[in-house]
Amino acid sequence: MTERDIEFKVFRYKQGGAAPAHQTFTVRCDENTTVLVALQDIRRDQDGTLILRHSCHHASCGTCGMRINGREELACVVKVFELGTPTVVVEPMRNMPVISDLVVDMEPFYDRFNAAGMPFIRESEYLEEAEVAEGLETYMRCENCIECNLCVSACPIMGTDPTYIGPAALAATWRVVEEPRGLDSRPLLDWVDSQNGCWRCHVAYECNEACPSGVLPGDKIMSLRRELTKRKFRRLFGR
Amino acid sequence: MDNIQPTTDPVRPKAPLRSWFDVRGRSLSTLAFALNRLTAIGLTIYLFLHLAVLSLLLRGPEGWDQFVALAKNPAFLLLDVVLLFGVVYHMANGIRVALVGMGVAHTRQKSLFYVLVGIALVAFVVGAVLIFVE
Ligand code: SF4
Ligand code: SF4
Ligand code: FES
Repeated sequence: MTERDIEFKVFRYKQGGAAPAHQTFTVRCDENTTVLVALQDIRRDQDGTLILRHSCHHASCGTCGMRINGREELACVVKVFELGTPTVVVEPMRNMPVISDLVVDMEPFYDRFNAAGMPFIRESEYLEEAEVAEGLETYMRCENCIECNLCVSACPIMGTDPTYIGPAALAATWRVVEEPRGLDSRPLLDWVDSQNGCWRCHVAYECNEACPSGVLPGDKIMSLRRELTKRKFRRLFGR
Repeated sequence: MDNIQPTTDPVRPKAPLRSWFDVRGRSLSTLAFALNRLTAIGLTIYLFLHLAVLSLLLRGPEGWDQFVALAKNPAFLLLDVVLLFGVVYHMANGIRVALVGMGVAHTRQKSLFYVLVGIALVAFVVGAVLIFVE
């Protein structure tokens, strides 16, 4: 097993403290070291005040989202050597208020997500004999969403509009609209048919790239727009 | 539902220009988006310049003739080439965004980009050559 010293330039900030700055740490890594493990090593061996968030260590819980070398990633599945850079820059996700070091306040995220309402877990997805339900395009499900906020961090429009609903909640909304299961989806459609709803999106599709879970939120936003366009035409012709 | 919490961050204020134009490590789609914004700003500025230049006509043929002489200068022609790029790119990507934005072929947005912007680039090269040859 090869080992190498890798430099980590880590974003540091404490509420009420000095302005944010990057602090450099050196960590001995091998080919299995993930960015999350390296950060935990820093916390254990070098600076116990480094704050980060994680839980599952296997891309399921969505809590370890951060920016690694400027890209949105789940730190638990990014191997340090695979990044191929002598210095690894680690920063908190963008577009949510930073609380401390690498941790952002997720309240605005959940606030949006809860408004969309996502009550579904579809067991049939796991059954081989399951057929795609009538009216569905595919089983590209939003239930895949692990609520990590990476899409929100990557979106350039979230970076300018603090009230934009954002890709995750819009994708969740589409799931309800796509398959309402007896719910009235009209209030949700009204919610997203707004200036800070799905018309705010400028089709940069960075959310699709950032999503570690195959949700493709950008595609879902366009599906919502198609639905709303149809609705507008129907209203225009009085139907 | 209307009162969602804003994502304002006092520690890291929103920086639109960086958010739109910092394409480091970003995907092709963001590049397309950034270029679309850039060409939009360029074309808007051009529109006002164009109106200002046309208003020279109000001052009679002399001012206009002077401008036409200037416009034939190679440096000026180069500006025309930049303008042509802005027009064809913004048009081609605009068609893509309009289609995708209505949910048409949205799952093939990257292929749409290659096809439409590819056609635009061919038109651009032909146009750029004609600007200098004609
Ligand atoms: S497609 Fe829309 S929501 Fe997704 S990153 Fe781009 S602007 Fe943001
Ligand atoms: S849509 Fe993808 S990137 Fe966005 S919160 Fe859900 S899992 Fe994360
Ligand atoms: S620690 Fe759970 S997704 Fe990374």
